[in-house]
Amino acid sequence: MSERPSSFGLLLGQTQYQNKIFFRNPLAAFFTLFFPLMIFVVFALVFGNQEIDYLGVTTAQYYAPSMAVFAAVSATYTNLAVTTAYQRDQGILKRVRGTPLPSAVYMGGKIISAVMIATIAVLIMMVIGVVFYGVQIYAATLASAIMTFIVGVASFAALGLLVAAVVSSGEAATAVTNATLLPLAFFSGVFIVPSQDSPAWLDAVASFFPLKHFVEPFVSAFNPLTVGSGWNWVSLAYMVLWGLVAVFLAVRFFKWEAPTGGGGRSRRKKKASAAS
Amino acid sequence: MWWNSGMSVIEVAGLVKHYGDIEAVAGVDLHVDAGEVFALLGPNGAGKSTIVEILEGYRSKTSGSVSVLGFDPQKAERSYRERIGIVLQETAIEEQLTVGEVIDVYGSVFPNRRATGDLIELVGLDEKTDSRIKTLSGGQRRRLELALGIVGDPELIFLDEPTTGFDPSARRQAWSIVENLTSLGKTVLLTTHYMDEAQYLADRVAVIARGRIVAEGTPDTLGGRESASTLITFQSNGQSIEGLPSDDISHSENGRVTVRSTDPTRDLYRITGWAIDHGVDLVGLSVSRPSLEDIYLRLTGGDGDV
Repeated sequence: MSERPSSFGLLLGQTQYQNKIFFRNPLAAFFTLFFPLMIFVVFALVFGNQEIDYLGVTTAQYYAPSMAVFAAVSATYTNLAVTTAYQRDQGILKRVRGTPLPSAVYMGGKIISAVMIATIAVLIMMVIGVVFYGVQIYAATLASAIMTFIVGVASFAALGLLVAAVVSSGEAATAVTNATLLPLAFFSGVFIVPSQDSPAWLDAVASFFPLKHFVEPFVSAFNPLTVGSGWNWVSLAYMVLWGLVAVFLAVRFFKWEAPTGGGGRSRRKKKASAAS
Repeated sequence: MWWNSGMSVIEVAGLVKHYGDIEAVAGVDLHVDAGEVFALLGPNGAGKSTIVEILEGYRSKTSGSVSVLGFDPQKAERSYRERIGIVLQETAIEEQLTVGEVIDVYGSVFPNRRATGDLIELVGLDEKTDSRIKTLSGGQRRRLELALGIVGDPELIFLDEPTTGFDPSARRQAWSIVENLTSLGKTVLLTTHYMDEAQYLADRVAVIARGRIVAEGTPDTLGGRESASTLITFQSNGQSIEGLPSDDISHSENGRVTVRSTDPTRDLYRITGWAIDHGVDLVGLSVSRPSLEDIYLRLTGGDGDV
């Protein structure tokens, strides 16, 4: 018997293969990469690119990083939950499970691919912000921004796989990710600049969930009034905690086959709507 | 017989599988040797897929002992998966990829892999190498799945209803691929609904009904097929067959005469001799053995989904 392929080579191959699946699905690519960009452009148009009173930054200086976070969360949380659940519905996970590919390498390829897509989404957003909307990037806080991004996408990738682990179908994954991400995005200052008059309980709710701990430090790293290098250890620790709990539960509850057994004729019709 | 002397690949004894209160597999013993093509034949819900999925490592058993290539499939070890190939019942393949890309990526995980080009040629998808999966017909997808099942050059191949939905020529092609595998000394465990498939491919057949093996043997001897009565039939066309020298004669309403015979050579000689002597014309004379399908329907109590 010849030699076993190296884990690194396998991981590389799996990542490329997940990337191909993503970029050849125009709908998924559009919603992940360009939808947040569109919202950003619309906000800059509607609000005008002027200073937001009490924050001391322009509309673009706030929304470029906040929509970058939204794109990164879509690329990891939503994307991983929905594609993984649909692939299970279609029996693709069952097929993979029947090969010698270690599960960790398969999942690793999915996560790395999602993080790469998130990186591309953030770069597109920030480059357009800098070039067309005069967004400033500050050297002093860049390291903390990058760290917030890395911990944030890792944590949301884990949460995406947790959703995939507990839902019964791809449709359910779509519903759960939208029903969780969209309201949280409003509470956590992604779409609406947090007002000083918002009730304290709303802030408490937002602070419980990890999205606020991703958006707030990331946005503040692009705020000229931020003092020092912008490290927010509490938020980082919070995201790490959410991520670890998600990994633990996802591994515990993950299923490789749909409840009725992967594949089968009745599931074929779902292919058309699959976002894999 | 020759297969009893071979090296055992699959050893199953007293296998039982419960789903809640339902007993899907109710005590099955199986023995498959290296190089054999073994077919599990049975109606839907008989338990054949459950047995195969336990052997593939997808399902846990309730009780009994299972050993495949010396492994316990339930542990789903990597070194076990490197030596088997699985063709599942119809499942999706990533739509966005091309035939060549899918074979490459699934092949990359095996230590021994067949070259992508050779494999594509073997399953007759040469012209589709660079086509996206979503453009393939049902039969082409199934042939690609067959290719994915053997891309790791496995010693043992599980084929779960491999030709369901194939047109006759695609079926012939799939059969020749399986024959090609067995000529290389591979062992094949096959489940099928089709009698002719079992007849054509299998060295041995087990008929499963209600979670049990109700008969086992070669396609020619299954269920006493060898020794079962031969049927001699002809059309009487209103002629009198009074005095036909046979013990077991039955008439159907449309004038068809059927003679059951356990000694067809002698009975046929006597019947034709009698007909010549009496100037009776035996219109549409035929001699037939019960088909595998007849045997199967009898064994499974006619609840077959053939």
